[in-house]
Amino acid sequence: MFNTQHIADLLTELTKKELSIRYKNMVFGYLWSIASPLAYAFIYFFVFQVVLKIPQPNYALFLIAGLYPWQWISNSLGQAPTNFVSNSSLIKKTQFPRFLIPLVTVIQDSLHFLFTIPILILFAIYFNVPPSADWIWKVPLIFGAQFLFVYSLHLLIATLTLFFRDIERFVQIFVTVAFYLTPVLYSETMIPERYQNLIPLNPFATLLINWKHTFLGIDLDWGLVGFSYLWSLFFFVVAHWIYKKLSWRFAEIM
Amino acid sequence: MSIAVQFSNVSKHYPYYHHLSGGLKHFLFNFPKYLREIRKQKFTALESISFTIKKGESVAIIGKNGSGKSTTLGMIAGVLKPNNGDVMVNGRVSPLLELGGGFHPELTGAENIRLNGVLLGLSRKQVAEKFEQIVAFSELGQFIDHPIRTYSSGMMARLAFSVVANLNPEILLIDEILAVGDAGFQKKCLEKMKSYKTQGVTIILVTHSAHDVQFLCDRCIWIDNHKIRADGPTSEVLPEYTKFFGS
Repeated sequence: MFNTQHIADLLTELTKKELSIRYKNMVFGYLWSIASPLAYAFIYFFVFQVVLKIPQPNYALFLIAGLYPWQWISNSLGQAPTNFVSNSSLIKKTQFPRFLIPLVTVIQDSLHFLFTIPILILFAIYFNVPPSADWIWKVPLIFGAQFLFVYSLHLLIATLTLFFRDIERFVQIFVTVAFYLTPVLYSETMIPERYQNLIPLNPFATLLINWKHTFLGIDLDWGLVGFSYLWSLFFFVVAHWIYKKLSWRFAEIM
Repeated sequence: MSIAVQFSNVSKHYPYYHHLSGGLKHFLFNFPKYLREIRKQKFTALESISFTIKKGESVAIIGKNGSGKSTTLGMIAGVLKPNNGDVMVNGRVSPLLELGGGFHPELTGAENIRLNGVLLGLSRKQVAEKFEQIVAFSELGQFIDHPIRTYSSGMMARLAFSVVANLNPEILLIDEILAVGDAGFQKKCLEKMKSYKTQGVTIILVTHSAHDVQFLCDRCIWIDNHKIRADGPTSEVLPEYTKFFGS
């Protein structure tokens, strides 16, 4: 009953559903996914460049090169705790594979991220770091790692929250802490020498550094790309293992 | 005749999950106590139930609230797993378990039809082929392009039933759907189900309406206190059931 073709059909219909729900009743639709990181960028620019005078060239470009990929992470993870709960009627009624719900959310957020790339290109041109031809393979390379990572973490959080409802509170704090411990507002080169070794241990950091290298025209650090994929695979395996153990209980716990 | 649904000694217990949802901190600090509680305290919804429904039969599952009817349907639909025993289902199940359950209020009727059809196990192509037929059956007219949050509960019932009824069901699960909707539409639904019955579709109906049971079902399974109390032809079981509640 649930062959590949049918899963593809389900993904298409569910993604269409999510997109049309998000954009119904919203006049500016797509503009919002561009606007909110820009508004934050403006605030951070004022605080860190104008007031604190951070020694970072092209700081505005630097900021949005981090804030757009981060928006994807924080949107997807922020929705994770409630994602199964808010689809409880579907889960209680039909037996389609439950992991499709997180997958659809992450696909949607990843599409929004892709739509913001034209803005990044405009900024890059303005700051004289025009996009190079390598973007064609670098963007999909880092995109793949981030997609796998965000999806896996989302599935893990969504599954566990059904059994431990207070994870929801924890996730909000976790995302904020992760944001400040990850080189989004600052460059990884500013991190003191003795903490440098810890960078690969933070999966958010490895991803964000890779994005910045890509968008700011710096050569990729292959070690960090490797770590990104290692983390993604690790979380993918863990999340699916736990999901497999618990998914048959979803309908009865809700 | 081949078998559509078979339950062999099926039991279903629910642990009291509120222990778990009580909190992570609580759970971690009282881990051994939790494990003990989860094992010990459970609610039994069904106890060693066995029955066989053949292809093309139309069966009513009756019983008072909380007796285990919905758990039975949930297991046929494949969303619940038994703790003991085996559930075998042969054929595509089209569940109509809870009114508008698979619908999203912000989507239009038309969008919900497409989504629901795919969720019920059909391909997008199959749903597209059936689309006009579903819209016509629902008699919703221009409202089909309005968000369903503007629908009345009767209109929702129309939409839900129209989707399920027009998607070539093999096993049709109906849970109390006919209680909503106006008399005209209720009649139309019953007629539709009757025509499915003559086409050999398996129909499993959960209802409190003796009239619907009599009209549609040849056989009744009476679940009482988590066990099967009676299983046989409607003409025998239904009078006993109504007498039991009448007195």
